[in-house]
Amino acid sequence: MPRLLSASNVSRQDRSRTRWLLKNISFEIAAGDRIALLGPTGSGKTLLLRALSLLDPIDSGTIRWQERVIRKREVPAFRSQVMYVSQQPALLAGTIEDCLRFPFVLVQRSASHYSRERIVEYLRVLNRDASFLSLESEHLSGGQRQLVVLLRALQLDPQVLLLDEPTAALDAASVGLVERLVHCWQQQAPDTRTLVWVTHDPRQAERVASRLLHLHAGCLQANQE
Amino acid sequence: MEYVQLSSVQVAAAMLILVNAAISLMLRLRLERSLLIASVRTIVQLSLIGLVLHWVFALQQLALVAAMLVVMTVIAGWTAFQRTELRYHRMLLDTMLAMWVGSWSVLAFAMLAVLQGARSWHDPQYVIPLLGMILGNTLNGITLGLGSVLDGFRACRHDVETILALGGTRWEAARQPIQKAARTAMTPIVNSMMVVGLVSLPGMMTGQLLSGVEPVEAVKYQIVIMFLIASGTAIGAVGVILLAYRRLFNERHQFLFARLHRADVTGR
Repeated sequence: MPRLLSASNVSRQDRSRTRWLLKNISFEIAAGDRIALLGPTGSGKTLLLRALSLLDPIDSGTIRWQERVIRKREVPAFRSQVMYVSQQPALLAGTIEDCLRFPFVLVQRSASHYSRERIVEYLRVLNRDASFLSLESEHLSGGQRQLVVLLRALQLDPQVLLLDEPTAALDAASVGLVERLVHCWQQQAPDTRTLVWVTHDPRQAERVASRLLHLHAGCLQANQE
Repeated sequence: MEYVQLSSVQVAAAMLILVNAAISLMLRLRLERSLLIASVRTIVQLSLIGLVLHWVFALQQLALVAAMLVVMTVIAGWTAFQRTELRYHRMLLDTMLAMWVGSWSVLAFAMLAVLQGARSWHDPQYVIPLLGMILGNTLNGITLGLGSVLDGFRACRHDVETILALGGTRWEAARQPIQKAARTAMTPIVNSMMVVGLVSLPGMMTGQLLSGVEPVEAVKYQIVIMFLIASGTAIGAVGVILLAYRRLFNERHQFLFARLHRADVTGR
């Protein structure tokens, strides 16, 4: 398998430089991988995902994309391929459809277009219809917001999707639907679409991933299931 | 020029402050102490500056004028820095730079291109009051612009990071708070330009009228001043906003939120 994204000796300290937030993290992600990242609260799961998508500066180590270090001006293009979906969903106002259209105003996406049909197809998997799109984003529940940001990322077809507890605010039934949606999305191109799924729940990890990573106090514990 | 000379007896008009003191006592506002200090400072500061200006005007020395301008600018820059609640590393430097460029570029334009009747390009009678007026307004612009952009970055943190995560550039991510801050900084000067002459007579024009200058002449000056102030405010505010943006967003399109911190209140 070709190496798609790799981290070598990635480390980060907190602001006072007294504690390691991430310490010597090295691992590789191949195209088509489905990885679950497990670990207790505060173990650095979110920070690791953010470091992988280059959202935060790291103190040492390297992150390589297709065996190459990413240059400054390539960062926006890289992030549209290695997309981080945050735990704190920011919708950027308007109706749900406005939120979903938003990425296409960015320079990076100016060549592609929003497709309503595609979103309606995704909504069908989630047992919802197109009327969901006209809801005002400020009236949404935490769970609904999570669905919107997930849909927004899926329609952009990143090569690597970094999901940060995408089902944390959902009821059990919706959790199953989201897992199915992400699975369907990945299976549409199983050799290229790649997932890293952060979760607290070992059973969910078993369901969504083929490979497990455990993070403890900023250190990676075991590489294989 | 005809004008009524103020004598020290008339300065005793300052005693009107007793009205404020009486109100404070009656309503138990506990402002007496502050009122006293403020009154004393008004008299002492203005009397001192009167003496200093008298001296500087008489000497007409470039070095002396320059020193005076530098001190005024540094005080304005420092004040703008102090008034902002959120801080970041090297913010003082950015505030000073914006204050400097904003006020001095406009002042240079005024002295070299507009006021050609002055004795020299550094005639203290013109440069010092002009810079004072420009600085006062640029100070407001910088304080409002910087305060608003830092608050905006903090409040919109998740929006900013979401845009970055979706593949937006740092400019795309920061644009909204930046635009809002620039608008906030510009609003007071635009407002005062809207109503100038109708609701308010600007201090400088009032001063000229009181000292017997022909109203039509006084107005000409005031028009020039309004435009000087407006462009000084714009340059200073937009300058400081962009400098803050460069510090908080690096070239790798990362938002360095951790660099923002509250002013250390105990340190004041």
